[in-house]
Amino acid sequence: MTQYNLTINGKSLQVDVDPDTPLLWVLRDHLNLVGTKFGCGIAQCGACTVHIDGDAVRSCSYPVSVIEDKKVVTIEGLSENGDHPVQKAWLEHDVPQCGYCQSGQIMTAASLLAENPHPTDEEISYAMNGNICRCGTYTRIKAAVKTASKSI
Amino acid sequence: MTLTDKKLNRRSFLKVSALAGGGMMLSFSWLAGCKPTTDELLTMPDEWFEINSYIKIGENGAVTLFNPNPEFGQNVKTSLPMILAEELDIDWKKVFVEQADFYPERFDRQFTGGSNSVRTSWKPLRTAGATARQLIVNAAAKTWEVPAEEITTSHGTVEHKSSGKKAGYGEMASLAGTLEAPDPETITLKEISDFKIIGKSKKNVDATKIVTGKPLFALDHKVKGMKYAAIVHPPAFGMKLKSFDKSSVTSMPGIQDAFEVKIFKDDYGRNFFDTTTFPVIIAIVGDSTWEVMQAKKSLKAEWEKAPESTFPMAGRGGQTRDIKVPDGLENSSTHKEKMAEYIAKPGTEHRKDGDPEAAFKKAAKVLERTYTAPFLAHNTMEPMNAFADVTADKAVIYGPTQAPELIRQTLASSLGMPQENIQINLARMGGGFGRRAYSHHLTEAALISQKIKAPVKMVYTREDDMTAGVYRPTYSATYRAALDEDNKLLAFHVKAGGIPESPLHANRFPAGAIDNYLAEGWQIDSNITIGAFRAPRSNFIAGAEQSFLDELAEEMGKDPIEFRLELLKRAETNPVGENNDYDPKRYAGVLKLVREKSNWPSAPAGTSRGVSAYFCHNSYVAEVVDISIKDNQPVVESVYAAVDCGVVVNPDAAANMGEGAIVDGIGNAFYGEMAFEDGVPTKTNFDKYRMIRHSESPKKIEVHFVENNENPTGLGEPLFPPIFAALGNSLYKATGKRFYDQPFQPQLLQIENLNM
Repeated sequence: MTQYNLTINGKSLQVDVDPDTPLLWVLRDHLNLVGTKFGCGIAQCGACTVHIDGDAVRSCSYPVSVIEDKKVVTIEGLSENGDHPVQKAWLEHDVPQCGYCQSGQIMTAASLLAENPHPTDEEISYAMNGNICRCGTYTRIKAAVKTASKSI
Repeated sequence: MTLTDKKLNRRSFLKVSALAGGGMMLSFSWLAGCKPTTDELLTMPDEWFEINSYIKIGENGAVTLFNPNPEFGQNVKTSLPMILAEELDIDWKKVFVEQADFYPERFDRQFTGGSNSVRTSWKPLRTAGATARQLIVNAAAKTWEVPAEEITTSHGTVEHKSSGKKAGYGEMASLAGTLEAPDPETITLKEISDFKIIGKSKKNVDATKIVTGKPLFALDHKVKGMKYAAIVHPPAFGMKLKSFDKSSVTSMPGIQDAFEVKIFKDDYGRNFFDTTTFPVIIAIVGDSTWEVMQAKKSLKAEWEKAPESTFPMAGRGGQTRDIKVPDGLENSSTHKEKMAEYIAKPGTEHRKDGDPEAAFKKAAKVLERTYTAPFLAHNTMEPMNAFADVTADKAVIYGPTQAPELIRQTLASSLGMPQENIQINLARMGGGFGRRAYSHHLTEAALISQKIKAPVKMVYTREDDMTAGVYRPTYSATYRAALDEDNKLLAFHVKAGGIPESPLHANRFPAGAIDNYLAEGWQIDSNITIGAFRAPRSNFIAGAEQSFLDELAEEMGKDPIEFRLELLKRAETNPVGENNDYDPKRYAGVLKLVREKSNWPSAPAGTSRGVSAYFCHNSYVAEVVDISIKDNQPVVESVYAAVDCGVVVNPDAAANMGEGAIVDGIGNAFYGEMAFEDGVPTKTNFDKYRMIRHSESPKKIEVHFVENNENPTGLGEPLFPPIFAALGNSLYKATGKRFYDQPFQPQLLQIENLNM
């Protein structure tokens, strides 16, 4: 076990875990931030997407040992009042069905728009391709990303 | 009543807390509530009055509605309360929605599956809402000393026009809660034309929680002192546990124990959702999910071949039948060989009209085609998991389950505890698609908790989830059509089977439209466990049938929509046989609507289109798919769907569900496949099991509903089955090749130049 000082959603937090522990399980089991979801464990589905220094990464495959000194943002910290343009667009388009993959989808979309505020359809598809939605809400996600891009 | 009181106490999760600004805000239990956002914050009452099981009204007019059914993304948590609110005659803005726990003493049929939630709740929920409304009216009549018949309601207020008396429901709620409920037979329901809420799109009541990452799912549930558990199951179908070495993991960091878990008691009689592939597994318990998942990899276990076995299982009708589980390690290649044998010989006759044998004998031409599809894994995004806290006399379970009533019976036996002592909280499910009707992840978690005497959260890895069975079966269907010299249809023959069940629906279209008709089925036993998968059986047979009809129409030189309409006209005006289980007029209706909406037959420039239509779950759907070929790959440009499911409660959410079913179907048609080598599932995670992704999704989907006043029918499933053929038929138009075997992608890869 090793102690790590982490910066998550603007707060300094300490955890005492095995260095190999993926950030996903540190968030979910140790820090009670359960908005980040477990889907596959091998960075193939995107349900566990968080931001590390602004980049969308798969927290299931990112060991805690390499994130000290980096800034982590999870769905809980994306906005103070749930009013990030992407979150608002998701509500406007009533995107979710089961909802399980959506925090990962939203984190990927927010990262895309931060880098490229006005993506083309192809750029949206390319950026979002790592996030599986088993319910098939892809067309609404695309529409919501476009709506969000108008207010960024 | 003692039980109800006790349960009501434990359910009293509504706490009132002071809010800045003087208002009061409800604080719900984390799982049950729908916390309002600031801009829609309701003023909380000081007191709630229970009007009936589904409805509570506060003294200030705020209303809490309970959603009785498990939510797995079909949006019942919004649509079912909408039905209550409509008949209660209130303002939707004043509504809180809460998820009911499993509570059969208060709620009917807490089950999600078969596209039945709205259909079966329609009348009961309307009646519950209207009864509550009547109680408010009766309370007003008593208070004002006027006849109840002279009182009207609107937007949560009662009014007696001639005396000028008017009050909010909240003012009458306290008295209404004490009055005897009127006989449901005397309750008048609203005219559909008077609906104010049903038919007007309402946003998902949980959407804010979802987009802000609030805990909603069983996997998110936590309590103090909770342990984590993983399971290890045999590596192959046809194998069982021989022995394992506990010491191979117990010295690992954070690991507390490893032990065998036996799901069923020896004397337990299984019910029809008690499918479990491996009734004995190993549980590993520890301090964190990551630690137990690491220990899984190190556990030393020996497995052995399982002998053939038979066990009795209750069927849906209550009758018990013996389920045979063959021994052996099965292979997809031998499955195909076995299926070919059955395709070649006669099956079991399920329906015969006229004299099909004679008609085929005198045919000038016979068109015969065979279609196949593989096993499919459900792959819900939230893997199977459950929280359980089992003490000496009580079990509390948060589980993703579609069928709490049946799993509670199993839990009672497995835990040795009366059903009344088992509390199942209906967590939102991260997808279901049929998989969570088979809920032994709950039993596993409960038995682990009972053994370690502590609360536990058990979670499957994705690999466990994908390899532990309960798949959509593999199917085959062979169609034959007899034509005379003038290309007139003389006879039709379908023979369909699968491992281990047949997908045949003998009385569906085109039965009833053809004089000489024969339907046969067959099945082959297997130890690979199967279960319901979005639109069971229809999810294959629709694609086969509608692909064949497309090819038949072409052979007969007819437009595919015109050809179907001609058959439906025959079924309407002069039906063959008596058990045709569809309404030809409504069937034709969706074909006509999709023809109009897609501007059939004119495919936009550069695209090729196909059509398909199917009836299942009491609903009618027709779909048109337009594809283009880009970079030697098919691109789904547009999908048009026409749906007749009666009254649509929540139109935008219904469209969302339909869009999802279309995407799901296109994904499974192109890529979906589970295969086996020596009993081992060859796909274990999303790196090998290909799921449809954003870039492969249709660019545009339009879902159109037939407007009528029919009672609502199914919606979650009916848009799924026909898309396979609409896609296959459009691929034929684009490539000149028919697609007989799912998934389509391997065949597409063999075509060197799709840009024909």
